[in-house]
Amino acid sequence: MNAQNNPSALSAYFMAEVSDKNETHTLSVLVDNEPGVLARVIGLFSGRGYNIDSLTVSETEHEKHLSRITIVTTGTPMVIEQIRHQLDRLVPVHRVTDLTVEAQLASQDKPLERELALVKVAGTGEKRLEALRLGDAFRATVIDATTEHFVFEITGRTSKIEQFISIMKPLGLVEVSRTGVAAVQRGPEGL
Amino acid sequence: MTREMTGAEMVIQALKDQGVDTVFGYPGGAVLPIYDEIIQQEGLEHILVRHEQGAGHAAEGYARSTGKPGVALVTSGPGATNMVTALTDAMLDSIPLVCLTGQVPTHLIGNDAFQECDTVGITRPCTKHNWLVRDVDDLARVLHEAFYVATSGRPGPVVVDIPKDVQFATGTYQGPTSNPSASHKSYRPQVKGDAQAIRIAADLMSKAKKPVLYTGGGVINSGPQACQLLRELVQLTGFPITSTLMGLGAYPASGDNWLGMLGMHGTYEANMVMHDCDVMVCVGARFDDRITGRIDAFAPNATKIHIDIDPSSINKTVKVDLPIIGDVGHVLEDLVRIWRSSSLKADPAAMKDWWKQIDVWRARNSLAYRPNEDIIMPQYAIQRLYELTKDRETYISTEVGQHQMWAAQFYGFEEPNRWLTSGGLGTMGYGLPAAIGAQVAHRDALCVDIAGDASILMNIQEMSTAVQFGLPVKVFILNNQYMGMVRQWQQLLHGNRLSHSYTDSLPDFVKLAEAYGGVGFRVEKPGDLDGAIEEMISIDKPVLFDCRVANLANCFPMIPSGKAHNEMLLPDEANDEAVANAISSEGKALV
Repeated sequence: MNAQNNPSALSAYFMAEVSDKNETHTLSVLVDNEPGVLARVIGLFSGRGYNIDSLTVSETEHEKHLSRITIVTTGTPMVIEQIRHQLDRLVPVHRVTDLTVEAQLASQDKPLERELALVKVAGTGEKRLEALRLGDAFRATVIDATTEHFVFEITGRTSKIEQFISIMKPLGLVEVSRTGVAAVQRGPEGL
Repeated sequence: MTREMTGAEMVIQALKDQGVDTVFGYPGGAVLPIYDEIIQQEGLEHILVRHEQGAGHAAEGYARSTGKPGVALVTSGPGATNMVTALTDAMLDSIPLVCLTGQVPTHLIGNDAFQECDTVGITRPCTKHNWLVRDVDDLARVLHEAFYVATSGRPGPVVVDIPKDVQFATGTYQGPTSNPSASHKSYRPQVKGDAQAIRIAADLMSKAKKPVLYTGGGVINSGPQACQLLRELVQLTGFPITSTLMGLGAYPASGDNWLGMLGMHGTYEANMVMHDCDVMVCVGARFDDRITGRIDAFAPNATKIHIDIDPSSINKTVKVDLPIIGDVGHVLEDLVRIWRSSSLKADPAAMKDWWKQIDVWRARNSLAYRPNEDIIMPQYAIQRLYELTKDRETYISTEVGQHQMWAAQFYGFEEPNRWLTSGGLGTMGYGLPAAIGAQVAHRDALCVDIAGDASILMNIQEMSTAVQFGLPVKVFILNNQYMGMVRQWQQLLHGNRLSHSYTDSLPDFVKLAEAYGGVGFRVEKPGDLDGAIEEMISIDKPVLFDCRVANLANCFPMIPSGKAHNEMLLPDEANDEAVANAISSEGKALV
């Protein structure tokens, strides 16, 4: 309504993002798969000082040369709204959907979000067995192994992946490769 | 219609098919095939500038003064990088600009070839969109798309980067599509405003007790029709109206409801109205930081309505209550129609009180300055220039600094597209090439660049362009030997330590004008001013007018940094002590 509830913004050079709490949102962006389109999106985020927590991109409709970019970002509601509009302004962008808002509108907790990680763990003896047992418990699959190591493939929500990685740390974690978040809305409708 | 031709021929054909009559450019290795076509055709005039930045600003001046897109053509590498400032300027002020750049042959791209740079990479953040054309069969389509993107929605600059082998190659030319907005696969900006939102806006406006129209460059960009509708709306409602720097001329400065420009160097009445209003109708403006002052004290009691074609302008810095996405012209048309058909009327008693209050603020006479009989006051110089040129078809461009603010305050604009200034980016060196661009488009008009002694030196080489093409632009230099605005801020913020803001060894502008083949004037006494200005107007050649003004005059009124609209520093209060204490230590850290 008016800006009076924002006393700490002292000058025009300050944005009024003081009183609002940060939120994490997942955006789905449908773009033409043309050279430089990812650079436009990333340049927008770096140029305007927005956060990227996770970003995935791949062509999803080959005949139409359309790619889908999934971005997880953190900011105040005002900033998140800006990000959505700024993305929408890019010429090769067809549509921007804030999946987090869509989920809230449908009275759901969150959109469907999955991430895949490859987790390499090296060790012998009891630690090795423990790693294998925990891998089982997390429904991770062993996709490569020697007598000294495993590579687990694990899929799930970001929180599950984080948890798995932190458990593997004392058991000989060597390296991790993650895909970033892929997301869709629940229910029968598409974007 | 399709035809076989070379890429270079396609460039010329596409420009002609888009209705382009003028290209501002500078040749070089990577655009030679296009230049070879330019010299063999008629109908497309090429204006040879002296620096690529000049080509960009001249194209901007052409665009702003005509409402049509400006076109620039430059070579690869340094040609492209010299264009970056002009592109950024056009980006921030939403000016339609189509810039064609040459590029090294496709097989050399990425090879650090001679005069190679990553043009699309460098210009990505300072254009609305850009393209690197690798296949000659894509060239015609991309060129037409470039014009569509530059001119539709919120206008802006675009770059088409064309490798030299693509210019030589033969391919199929396609003409422009008849309805590009319907056929573009992803870019289709919304021009019609939401009818329900417009009805609510009309209702809010009719109930307002202290309304204001706050208008900007979006009205000018929308076209003469939008300006006409704005005037109608003011007439119908009786609301007071103010404008940003970019929007001057949309509503006439002689109009009864005109409050003057608002913002940092706006009038007292405009800023007080903005601060105290209860309903603010923002039309094609974007709540820039030079306008709002301190955000947390900006129009604290106002219900804010925001009409803008760009959804990302909504709630960017100031939260608004009623956004209306759409082209200003379309939205105003609906708004005026609803106001008429519903027989809406502003509250007469409230409006009477509001205007009474406004008259009190007006009586404060915030643009007053102390006249001087021996020294030319810069404000007086602009006033005289205005009086002696107002009855002509006059286009005014400016550089950036104190002279720019004085021009905005003291030159009254009655029509849109007559005021060409670098608002968003604040580019010194803008004014002379912009005046050249305007003069090319309006050969018989009077085109004046109101300049400062520092700014004019940033693109002074374009005098040579003006002389070559017989463009009688007038450069009216308010010469105080300082970078006046820098000095003013040093006085306000840095204890009057005037670090490098004084220009020693300025050129003799009269001799400089003559060296270029133009005419020079020097005027030092107020009494000589009128005669010299009249003589300047009568000369059919480029003129440098060295107007020696009071060296230490400062630009007031002013909202000091970190202050609100109702905390203006007025000229009669601006003694040394007030100036020194105008900005708190917190404010100093912010600028």
